[in-house]
Amino acid sequence: MSCGNSCNSNTTSRRGFLTSMAASAAGATAGLTLAPGVTLFSPAQARARGKGEAASSKVRWGMLVDANKCDDGCTACVDACADENGWQGEGNPATDAQWIRKVKVTDPGTGKSQSLPMMCQHCEEPPCVDVCPTGASMKRADGIVLVDKHSCIGCRYCMMACPYQARSFVHEPVSGQRTHAPRGKGTVESCTFCVHRVDEGQQPACVEACGGTKRGALTFGDLNDSESEISKKIATYPTQAIRSDLGLKPGVRYLGLDT
Amino acid sequence: MSREIHKRIEGRSPAFLALIAGLGILVLLGMGSAWTMEHNGHVITGMSNRIVWGMPHVFAVFLIVAASGALNVASISSVFGRTAYKPLSRLSVVLAIALLVGGLSVLVLDLGRPDRLIVAMTTYNFRSIFAWNIYLYVGFIAIAGVYLWLMMERSLNRFSKPAGMVAFIWRLALTTGTGSIFGFLVARQAYDAAVMAPLFIAMSFAFGLAIFILVIMFTSGGTGRELGEAMVRRLKNLLGIFVGAVLYFTIVQHLTNIYAAEHHAVERFILLDGGIYTTLFWVGQIIIGGALPLVLLFTPLFADSREAIALAALSVIAGGMAQLYVIIIGGQAFPLVLFPGKIVSSSFADGSIASYSPSLPEIGLGIGGVALALVIVAMAVKILALLPRTLADAETDPT
Repeated sequence: MSCGNSCNSNTTSRRGFLTSMAASAAGATAGLTLAPGVTLFSPAQARARGKGEAASSKVRWGMLVDANKCDDGCTACVDACADENGWQGEGNPATDAQWIRKVKVTDPGTGKSQSLPMMCQHCEEPPCVDVCPTGASMKRADGIVLVDKHSCIGCRYCMMACPYQARSFVHEPVSGQRTHAPRGKGTVESCTFCVHRVDEGQQPACVEACGGTKRGALTFGDLNDSESEISKKIATYPTQAIRSDLGLKPGVRYLGLDT
Repeated sequence: MSREIHKRIEGRSPAFLALIAGLGILVLLGMGSAWTMEHNGHVITGMSNRIVWGMPHVFAVFLIVAASGALNVASISSVFGRTAYKPLSRLSVVLAIALLVGGLSVLVLDLGRPDRLIVAMTTYNFRSIFAWNIYLYVGFIAIAGVYLWLMMERSLNRFSKPAGMVAFIWRLALTTGTGSIFGFLVARQAYDAAVMAPLFIAMSFAFGLAIFILVIMFTSGGTGRELGEAMVRRLKNLLGIFVGAVLYFTIVQHLTNIYAAEHHAVERFILLDGGIYTTLFWVGQIIIGGALPLVLLFTPLFADSREAIALAALSVIAGGMAQLYVIIIGGQAFPLVLFPGKIVSSSFADGSIASYSPSLPEIGLGIGGVALALVIVAMAVKILALLPRTLADAETDPT
């Protein structure tokens, strides 16, 4: 596990500290500057979003997938996502929702295989948002790409436009919905980065589950914060976006891809 | 040409009533199909998370594309000054509106949430070509309606030419928009090409005229109106040119792709080893939709035989449906390329050819849309003076 409990407790204390700071200096949340260029912490990285508070573009949520640590047989992230968001299959593989899936990539020359999770890449320039006729497909200010279930008409143009096949159409009546992840027959859905958890200052379910397996292949955090763990890793190791040629600037990056 | 040249059909014959009843049953079948799909969810269709647009979209896009093409006969008269086509202008406009309404009905009833149509009509994302199309479609119906009115209201006839010009430009924009639904999909190997827009315009010319020829032959025959040889020959030659244009843009589309190594796999899939899609491309689109009509229309053997021309029009329609099936469904069946040069597999069928079999409700919905378009035309020629009294050669302007 890359972060562990120390990270979580750190997060909590930061949050508590911030709350008291916010009471005394509302709006001054960009960080506590001790001296020019020296910032004690960056609160946007892990703070919970207050009720009624708009998502901020100061934050850019992202995920780093370390393909070296991802095992072929492991589906902990997929299982955790399905459980967290209530999209367990109905026994129809072609039509069942898959917010996240494990993809096996094999080099035809060497025969070497890699396994990695594929989900909504939360693009900075999301084609799904561009093509959506009603604006139901949207990108929050903090970079999380979502579907507004109230204005999705189920045209599926976003599914045609997504290069990652990351979206699912709800093909049949749903049961076992989670209150924090409403679903509806006839609408389109995809990975939300567990926005309900992120807004509470928690990590997405897949990241937590991957950490629980001790693999720690997934890192989630604020790409705008140079001090965040994800930013440090991206600054240190060579990472890449899938289909970077399309210029979509995905929020999900991959490390250790054999491509 | 000052006397009344158009007349309503009586519309009381048993044959007409049987036609309306038959089409009505098909419309009900379509509505029943839509209700079944919405009630049970799209799980009962052949569509999936890989083939997200299926048979309803083949029908809908065909009808929408054909709609703008059906307007051409009116445009040739109003915009290009060919007065020989003028008596057919009214029917041309009504057929265009009817086909568009039929196509849009299919498209809307296939939505996951057709009950939210009001959302689509009131909430727009102007970066979406779909949102533009909503304006283009509704605008087309409005402009075509005004155009028809100006043609039918004698005191306002002088305004019909500028209205025809606006309608012609609008229809070019509409088909450009429909083609661009696919042309703008940057991530799909089979689409992502600017040629989609002119290809769709050529398709619209051919499909729309093929339907128009069949409708004018059927209505002339059914109502005892004379249809002169000269008029038939004009329409025949025009259809041949349009079929040639579709073949030309199809060749450009595939040659451009074949030239780029990154598109070799998808071209191989469509042209060589794509199973049903390869068969539909060569046999459906190229032979039935292209070569056969050209032979029927231009070989001296058939010498302007009306049966041959009608068969050619039917072939163009069948080939057109095959072409849209290959474009829409074949284009989705080919997998997205996530990792170029790698072999990819997953529980979501990454890297593999997606399977699709159209279901009865999908076909029923599509046929319902066609029937709706035809029933609108049938009712319109009864209610309005749309059909010329005669299209005998002696009565039509030779220019």
